[in-house]
Amino acid sequence: MFAEFLQYVFAGLTSGAIYALAGLGFAIIYNASHVINFAQGEFIMIGGMSTATMVAAGIPLPVAAAAAVLVTMLVGVALEKFAVEPAKGADVTAIVIITIGASIFLRGAAQVVWDKEFHALPAFSGETPIAVLGATLMPQSVWVVGVSMAVIALLWWFFNRTLFGKAMLATSFNRLAAQLVGIGVKKVLMVSFALSAMLGAVGGIVVTPITFTNYEAGIMLGLKGFSAAVLGGLGNGLGAIVGGLVVGIAEALASGYLSSAYKDAIAFVIILLVLFFMPSGLFGKKGTDRV
Amino acid sequence: MTLLRIESLSKEFGGVHAIEDLSFVINPGTIHSIIGPNGAGKTTLFNLITGVYTPTSGRILLDDHDIAGKRPFELARLGMSRTFQNLQVFFNMTALENVMVGHHLHLDRRFLPSLFRLPAIARRDAEARAHCLELMAFVGIGRYGDADAASMPYGALKRLEIARALAARPRLLLLDEPAAGLNATESREIDEVIKKVAATGVTVVLVEHDMKMVMGISDHILALDYGRKLAEGTPAQVRANQDVVAAYLGAH
Amino acid sequence: MNAAMMLAPRTGGLAALALVVSLAPLTFPNAYFYDVAVNALFNAVVCVGLNLLVGYGGQISLGHAGFFALGAYGSAILTGTYGVPPVAALAASAAAVGALAFVVGRPILRLKGHYLAMATLGIGIIIHIVLKTESQVTGGPDGIGVDAFTVLGLAVAGDKAWYWVGAGLLVFAVWISLNLIDSPMGRALRAVHGSEVGAEVVGVDTGRYKVLVFTLSAVFASVVGSLFAHKNGFITPDIGSFFRSIELVTMVVLGGMASTFGAVVGAVILTLLPQLLASFEDYEAMVLGGIMMGTMIFMPKGLLPSLRAALKRRRAAA
Ligand SMILES: Nc1ncnc2c1ncn2[C@@H]1O[C@H](COP(=O)(O)OP(=O)(O)OP(=O)(O)O)[C@@H](O)[C@H]1O
Ligand SMILES: [Mg+2]
Repeated sequence: MFAEFLQYVFAGLTSGAIYALAGLGFAIIYNASHVINFAQGEFIMIGGMSTATMVAAGIPLPVAAAAAVLVTMLVGVALEKFAVEPAKGADVTAIVIITIGASIFLRGAAQVVWDKEFHALPAFSGETPIAVLGATLMPQSVWVVGVSMAVIALLWWFFNRTLFGKAMLATSFNRLAAQLVGIGVKKVLMVSFALSAMLGAVGGIVVTPITFTNYEAGIMLGLKGFSAAVLGGLGNGLGAIVGGLVVGIAEALASGYLSSAYKDAIAFVIILLVLFFMPSGLFGKKGTDRV
Repeated sequence: MTLLRIESLSKEFGGVHAIEDLSFVINPGTIHSIIGPNGAGKTTLFNLITGVYTPTSGRILLDDHDIAGKRPFELARLGMSRTFQNLQVFFNMTALENVMVGHHLHLDRRFLPSLFRLPAIARRDAEARAHCLELMAFVGIGRYGDADAASMPYGALKRLEIARALAARPRLLLLDEPAAGLNATESREIDEVIKKVAATGVTVVLVEHDMKMVMGISDHILALDYGRKLAEGTPAQVRANQDVVAAYLGAH
Repeated sequence: MNAAMMLAPRTGGLAALALVVSLAPLTFPNAYFYDVAVNALFNAVVCVGLNLLVGYGGQISLGHAGFFALGAYGSAILTGTYGVPPVAALAASAAAVGALAFVVGRPILRLKGHYLAMATLGIGIIIHIVLKTESQVTGGPDGIGVDAFTVLGLAVAGDKAWYWVGAGLLVFAVWISLNLIDSPMGRALRAVHGSEVGAEVVGVDTGRYKVLVFTLSAVFASVVGSLFAHKNGFITPDIGSFFRSIELVTMVVLGGMASTFGAVVGAVILTLLPQLLASFEDYEAMVLGGIMMGTMIFMPKGLLPSLRAALKRRRAAA
């Protein structure tokens, strides 16, 4: 009984960690630019696919992973440079369409560069399950959660302890303040896309041994990351992390106890309910639009 | 009977008391001006009265009925209409269409007849067109009829908002800095328009920094500072008030 | 017929459209082309409806394929399983979809921007998943067969017949759309796009108009979905996928937001595109994504309005 529950929680935490990383990616870009980057999921896909290809070609995992993160970050920066920056000042609808266009473009490119097949990656440290209170935990799940936590800690340090990070946070409230310390909005935008791409890539790499990946894998992960970000209140980093875990666990419990076919629908049901009753998310600030 | 009664009204924005414990009344058929330094809370007061913001506490009574929780469009049905300090023009429409939206409440808004453009709709629309063109001429933008709002100069847009507000046939018209950004000649023309509107029996509430204009046309003036009432009375009384003078000197 | 007259709505526009759809078959190289043309017409009708919401009302919907699919499945199931006459099934599905849109529209359209995008996207995805999962009723991912469309015993058979149904429906839809946007209701709707608070203070119940047009556009999608199901004879849940919803929005945006004829043009272009790219099938997604980004960056008003603006400038210069 309890073991079963725990099993679901483990599964939920694993996917929740990935949603949290994706949600955090949304939050970082949103803070810097008020853009919702619907291509966030493609970062996850590109990270996973690149690593899988390189490992299959005999490159050691750590090298492959580092290279994949770099490639994804380059894609992120290119996306910002060539699609988001030229559309500066466009309305929300336009931005939504641009980033969805980017997502479809990247997916199409992946299909051309790779193929439509699923790609696998061996688990980082074997597949011997660990027994915990009657439930079993796969070592890769520990990797997923551990690496996510490490990345989140790194980000926390960046945003709270470095001048550049603090300035990035400041731009979301006050453009002038950031310029005062000599950090241009353009640079902040670029770094935010690079960081989000990094988050996505890392998530993609650690989760691929569990889920496999193909050119389409990014859509659902991205959309659930978006639900996580909205659930936590757009632009709220901590909110996005909590949102990701909530979505992941709710999904795992629902598919365990209710119906696994509706697993993918859970995130959206939750988000609709939240938006109906709390239109600015769980932790979103409620402001009055200035007129 | 008073038209509008404000009772210990307050509005707070995360610690900022934009309006604090404010009470006053507005009598029908008058020009009532609200003055005060930048940030005094004048626009916030307009937003509260017209239902754009909800008060933190206090009451607003229109014809002695509490209008708490009413949305702006419901208040428009009760005879309120306004312009904005920061333009809220429909830039995706023509000037005339902007004014015709102002006339919305007096038009045939049924769904199915609209879909099939029944003759009744077309006829009422033609009448509205003529009426709204007259209003545009009245505020001095007659030549912009079918121009895109997005292509009009600032001064014309300010008047466009007045025409749109008038098209709603309000009993209570609130104008938020209608002369801001206009030159002296244009200001005088707006001045004339306001007087003519008031002469038709419409109660006008005016927020304006142009003191010459305010002192010239107001029946009654309310001076605000930091969301509180500083002074109230006839133009002569307010002008003579030391606190008002001090507030303005301090702010500039 | 000159271009300016064609671009002017209602005066020449509707007549020009009728003429174009009547004469277009003369240019069709083969019978297969009718099939593509019907799809283009159907997409155009959905887009004319969606444009009322997105282009004129300024409210995004990333879930409209869901309403299309519900209309399609409603007709398929009502006619197939319950033997309801196709016309009644179409009407019942449209009424049900309209009711659903009306009910969810209230809370959803209070949201703005990204939150609205998220909510509509969520509705579309949930519909898609339900259609895939409830295989007892819907046939599941493998799809379901649909009977022919019959009116009073007469079957609409063959792509040619469907072409004329689609053409008639499109002209009707465009007429409705042009009427609506030039009515007090339509102006109120456009005002919502221009400035919500500006519209409210002169008495426009913005929430009501948003919900009405959301419902109307959902009904458009549902009706076309029903017809599509009968025409195709077979449907799968993927007609309601997220990708399809995006495709529909892209058509509207490409042709021109807030332009009824633009929506038609956008729908036709994007329906024909895969045919033109048939030999580059692998690149289809890249091209679609590229069009979405390119349009918004270089021509945010879309094809037709940009063209019209250019014409206006030329005339002013002359
Ligand atoms: N939506 C809002 N959110 C937060 N603070 C607000 C909001 N609207 C107004 N304020 C604050 O309330 C105070 C009063 O502002 P308001 O705009 O009412 O002043 P005002 O008298 O109209 O000034 P001005 O003469 O410059 O137009 C200011 O401190 C302003 O920053
Ligand atoms: Mg003000």
